[in-house]
Amino acid sequence: MENRKLTCIECPKGCNLSVDIENCRVMKVEGHKCPKGEPYAVSEIENPQRVLTAVVLSKGLSLKMIPVRTDKPIPKAKIIDAALAIKKLQITKPVKAGDVIAGNFMGLDVNLIATRDMT
Amino acid sequence: MTERDLVIVGGGPAGIAAAIAAHENGVRDILLLERDQYLGGILNQCIHTGFGLGYFKENLTGPEYAGRFIEKLHSLKGIEISLSSFVVNLTSDKTLTYLKPGMLSTIRAKVLIMATGCREKTREMVHIAGDRPAGVFSAGLAQKLINIEGLLPGNEVVIVGSGDIGLIMARRFLLEGAEVKAVIEIQKESRGLIRNVVQCVKDFGIPLYFRHKIAKIRGKDRVEGVDIVKVDDALNEIPGSGSKISCDTILMSVGLIPENELVEMAGVKDVNKIFGREACRAIFKVAKLWKIEN
Repeated sequence: MENRKLTCIECPKGCNLSVDIENCRVMKVEGHKCPKGEPYAVSEIENPQRVLTAVVLSKGLSLKMIPVRTDKPIPKAKIIDAALAIKKLQITKPVKAGDVIAGNFMGLDVNLIATRDMT
Repeated sequence: MTERDLVIVGGGPAGIAAAIAAHENGVRDILLLERDQYLGGILNQCIHTGFGLGYFKENLTGPEYAGRFIEKLHSLKGIEISLSSFVVNLTSDKTLTYLKPGMLSTIRAKVLIMATGCREKTREMVHIAGDRPAGVFSAGLAQKLINIEGLLPGNEVVIVGSGDIGLIMARRFLLEGAEVKAVIEIQKESRGLIRNVVQCVKDFGIPLYFRHKIAKIRGKDRVEGVDIVKVDDALNEIPGSGSKISCDTILMSVGLIPENELVEMAGVKDVNKIFGREACRAIFKVAKLWKIEN
């Protein structure tokens, strides 16, 4: 049995978590002050994930860059590749916050969505 | 001269919230002045998540969070929003002069709320020695350049101070393809949120040096590097502990100061004592102060 210390990043409280791990599986989580702590610890050990935010170049719209994010977290190991892929995109039509910019982005079963209205 | 029941200076989160709250409490003659072309203030460049966890129980980005309040503001009747409007003068009887493209207007406010936010501290304010090359930016300016203007200010970055904007910009630069050489913090822990230390710095293996400071900035025309040195608990430099890091860009993330020129202009004394770091709380204190003095 291995014990690992994590800092929960679900909210600004930043709880210190103590996680018991056996065969790469989380057996027990302690130290969380809310229900988000346990799933975070399990995910962080077994399949760490992050929401990626970035900006996409626009053409012909009122601002040069449009902020975007993945609508669900993606594997941490894919973050840098995904950030590079976003740099190749371009938006040419007005968007509303929430509009899908790239569906099933990189085959990760997440959508890349705009986070700001832009005309 | 026109008179308005309420004038709010600043269309960032605090100014928008003040306008909505005033409307909810029955005020129907409101003028909101914003110097930028858009409402939302600094939230527009804070493209990362972490906003709205308390208020909306959702994990939103800055622009999304601002967007929800802007939409609400637009749905209310009796609030005039004046964009590209820069207040240049304020008197003690709450008369404001503001500049808008092509016009200069003067207006008197029965009640005035100042929601002018903060400005970042600069290299000069924390006394860093050395050369004076190009390539030294405040973290928030770099954030605006990358996230709004689409410009990458440098390729090899050292971040001075571990405030939240500095930590967030460490990740931003890295994801834009730059190399982040180090985050240098003089204290023994980060002054930013621990979650930002984890998700912005540790996630990417960026070196974070506590109890270190910049001894000197080097560079002829452009930044070429920094000399860093360890400090003891009394923050004195430890002799012989120096090392060099080469970089072309330095970001300063060493705190904020309130933008209080206008209230000073109006004769309010001891503004620096009134304002705290948290802009919103400070605004309420100033609003109260105005009530007392007027």
